[in-house]
Amino acid sequence: MQVTRRQFFKVCGAGLSGSSIALMGFSPAPALAEVRSFKLARATETRNMCPYCSVSCGVLIYTTGDKSKNAKADIIHIEGDPDNPVNRGTLCPKGAGLLDMVKSPNRLKWPEVREPGSSEWKRISWDDAISRIATHMKKDRDANLVEKNAEGVTVNRWNTTGFLASSAAGNEAGYLTVKILRGLGAVALDTQARI
Amino acid sequence: MTNHWVDIKNADLVLVMGGNAAEAHPCGFKWVIEAKKDRKAKLVVVDPRFTRSAAVSDYYAPIRSGSDIAFLGGVINYLLTNDKIHHDYVKAYTNASFLIDEGYKFEDGFFSGYNPEKRSYAKDTWKYQTDKDGYAKVDPTLQDPRCAFQLMKQHYSRYTPELVSKVTGTPKDAFLKVCEHIAETAAPNKTMTICYALGWTQHSVGSQNIRTMAMIQLLLGNMGMAGGGINALRGHANVQGITDMCLYSEVLPGYLAAPTDADKNWAEFVDKRTPKTLRPNQMNYGQNFSKWATSLMKAWYGAAATDKNDYAYDWLPKKDAAYDVLAIFERMHQGKMNGFLCQGFNPLASVSNKKKVGDAMAKLKYLVVIDPLATDTSEFWKPHGEFNEADPAKIQTEVFRLPANLFAEESGSFTNSGRVIQWHWKAADGPGESKGDIEIMAGLFLKLKEMYAKDGGKLPEPILNLTWPHRIAAKPSPEELLMEISGKALGEVLDPKDKTKVLAKPGEQLAGFAQLRDDGSTACGNWIYGGCWSQAGNLTARRDNSDPSGLGQTLNWGYAWPANRRILYNRASCDVSGKPWDPKRAVIKWSGTAWGGNDVPDMRPDAAPDENVMPFIMTAEGVARLFAPALAEGPFPEHYEPFETPLDRNPFHPNNPKAVSNPAARVYKGDMEVFGKAKDFPYVATTYRLVEHFHFWTKHARINAVLQPEQFVEIGEELAKEKGIANGDKVKVRSNRGFIKAVAVVTKRIKALDVDGKKVHTVGIPLHWGFKGVAKPGYITNTLTPFVGDANSQTPEFKAFLVNIEKA
Ligand code: SF4
Repeated sequence: MQVTRRQFFKVCGAGLSGSSIALMGFSPAPALAEVRSFKLARATETRNMCPYCSVSCGVLIYTTGDKSKNAKADIIHIEGDPDNPVNRGTLCPKGAGLLDMVKSPNRLKWPEVREPGSSEWKRISWDDAISRIATHMKKDRDANLVEKNAEGVTVNRWNTTGFLASSAAGNEAGYLTVKILRGLGAVALDTQARI
Repeated sequence: MTNHWVDIKNADLVLVMGGNAAEAHPCGFKWVIEAKKDRKAKLVVVDPRFTRSAAVSDYYAPIRSGSDIAFLGGVINYLLTNDKIHHDYVKAYTNASFLIDEGYKFEDGFFSGYNPEKRSYAKDTWKYQTDKDGYAKVDPTLQDPRCAFQLMKQHYSRYTPELVSKVTGTPKDAFLKVCEHIAETAAPNKTMTICYALGWTQHSVGSQNIRTMAMIQLLLGNMGMAGGGINALRGHANVQGITDMCLYSEVLPGYLAAPTDADKNWAEFVDKRTPKTLRPNQMNYGQNFSKWATSLMKAWYGAAATDKNDYAYDWLPKKDAAYDVLAIFERMHQGKMNGFLCQGFNPLASVSNKKKVGDAMAKLKYLVVIDPLATDTSEFWKPHGEFNEADPAKIQTEVFRLPANLFAEESGSFTNSGRVIQWHWKAADGPGESKGDIEIMAGLFLKLKEMYAKDGGKLPEPILNLTWPHRIAAKPSPEELLMEISGKALGEVLDPKDKTKVLAKPGEQLAGFAQLRDDGSTACGNWIYGGCWSQAGNLTARRDNSDPSGLGQTLNWGYAWPANRRILYNRASCDVSGKPWDPKRAVIKWSGTAWGGNDVPDMRPDAAPDENVMPFIMTAEGVARLFAPALAEGPFPEHYEPFETPLDRNPFHPNNPKAVSNPAARVYKGDMEVFGKAKDFPYVATTYRLVEHFHFWTKHARINAVLQPEQFVEIGEELAKEKGIANGDKVKVRSNRGFIKAVAVVTKRIKALDVDGKKVHTVGIPLHWGFKGVAKPGYITNTLTPFVGDANSQTPEFKAFLVNIEKA
């Protein structure tokens, strides 16, 4: 009988205790080599995608907890999604290291500001950050939005604040971003895609 | 990609040029190996370095970086002189037979209409001869000296194997060997796929590099075929999707050309963008522009956009100048900008000429960085030793840094290189107080809206009227947004053939872009994604990987735009009568009453072959363009040297000093002056990625930092010997804009080439380091690169510039 690792998880997850594995026809040796499987079998599996290159390999993210309201999920393992027709479970060295990206010590954790001339960051609240940025934006837009050009044609453009958009954001974030920016009158916008 | 990742397995020949898929797209490259194994396909690699792709190739040819058009133009010449083209395909499906205006000419490096002051062309002679009905004149025998075929033949007759070898440095026999491989796929049942990446785009002639290849694929009849096509292996996971959403100044979502000052009202705006059909019976799908544009305005402004107010056209900003990333930094550098927001983008590291970018940001009033990571850009003001010299006290920019989520921490869709939109699910919350990009943008917008509602200000209407149909205003859900992108009925959508039939009731999701209307009865945020969330639900979340055809189409996995079509132009995979060129790899065929098969037909389903509707439905002529007037530097690609060239002339035009580099490329004042000359900077430099790293992200991830901890550059053994550099020595690499220091890797993989009578060495520069991260701090590679871009896309020339190198 050919049993893949995933099928093995399923069977294990179905409630057999560890000691019954031998009864399924496995010799104990390979079963014991699968120590980690017990942890993953209890973890929640979520389908996602490698955010690096545009092969967009499917990944499975394993988190502790069962998605219940008061259980905080923590990502413990990421591996290739064998169902994905493009990568069929494989990941390259970049994708294989995704857990370290998620857990990078350089992840930003709260809003910060570096004030003019200062040499350090200062932690601020989200409300504070959003109000201060919006105030900057409004002041600039009110002062510099061009309503009509020299010929008197309505042009309604704001070109003194620029925006560079991510190619790592999802389609939905990208769409909302362009909708908002065009709504504000922005023309100085570009994306990582150009580069 | 016109095709998709898995389809690479259907190729007979895989050409990897302008990219290094084995290293940069490893899990996609697997399909190249599959083609080799299962189809006995050949892999040919052309690259300045003997790359990891080259290491598993059947044939490798070296080339000097920046000379791809010379090489590919030589391939065109080879195919034409040796009669290795797919005649029926070329005749029927391209504009080979179209007669070109008598005024069009090419002389001494310039096409007709050049204006040297403006560095641009007037294109009034780059057009077809037309008859009294406005249709293009054709000569189906391809004999008329003014037909595109003959003009093309004449243009590339100069690209002899001898001259190609002299310019590219590729030995003549190696060049001819590659030509032979490529020519085999002129057989109707043989296909070549091309896998390229930024090694073609990041040049001042980037778009024309790709166009030359597209011409080759047309001559061979490889477009629309399984295992064929033009396949851009794109960078980021969602670079395709973000391009489609059009977060750049030239276009609105779905590639609708953005309004400019010249488009005074809605009618003019729509009219100029609605192409006139250039040949009888053609679909000219672009005729539907008004439906896409009206539906977009309805998605953004809802009831406030009506036929009475030109669908709120006045509220759309009109573009007056270039605002690509180089233009934005140029304006910033000139002190013309006050604010700047970077969302998941690290321009200090990713844009050319780091010093100019840093100086520009120091002139801003405010900078906002929205990112999951502490990027180099966010600390452009902070001294980081020799890697970033800065004096915070002198920099008055107020810098904000907002923590964003990563892929694992939000749901939504990404579009891969093969145009397949795939949904992913959130696994956990991000660290600390981080939020998703959607929530951050919504927060900023709602704050601004509140301020405009309360205090007034300039032109508040478009802000106050922007549709915001979200259950939780501060947290629009990705599901709501994808539904808006896909499109819904506002009024009843009727069948144009039978007005008693209701196709969609108000409030229903539309089945696709064919249901869009220009009377205000439909709303759609991006027409090309139309139908990805239909009444059947979120089709991007489908996970049925069955593949009944065996071609790898998996039509029920995710949703490919447009219309879930996996291979673009697939009508061209059949002959004129509707029979597949290769029945073993049939993509679609004509059944006698309809088109159908293993893909969604790229053709009106009931267009009988004798109606003569040609496969390239997005062009006004119905056929593909060998002669293409849309590009900035000419209707046929021509070789021009990089702006920093090791040569003192363009060997194709040795007597015209103005035709050395792309005559139509934009160069800013001050940047022309800092182009280096070969006498001071004798070596060609090129930048690239490594398999262990992704751009400037993975230097923040521990395992990647362990695998490739320290910055290095690669040089050939011969150059190393000349310069007295040993493997492992620390070296200093200088360009006219700055320097970096790195460890030297002396390798057999890069060899000197003989170019135009000179020996040309290449210095290879992996790009992944910077002063922020957990890897060893390093210099930002783009300290070295020139501030000039492709004349069409303005993609910077990162892949060919000049440096010098010495022991540090
Ligand atoms: S795992 Fe590697 S090949 Fe796959 S998407 Fe990520 S970076 Fe690309």
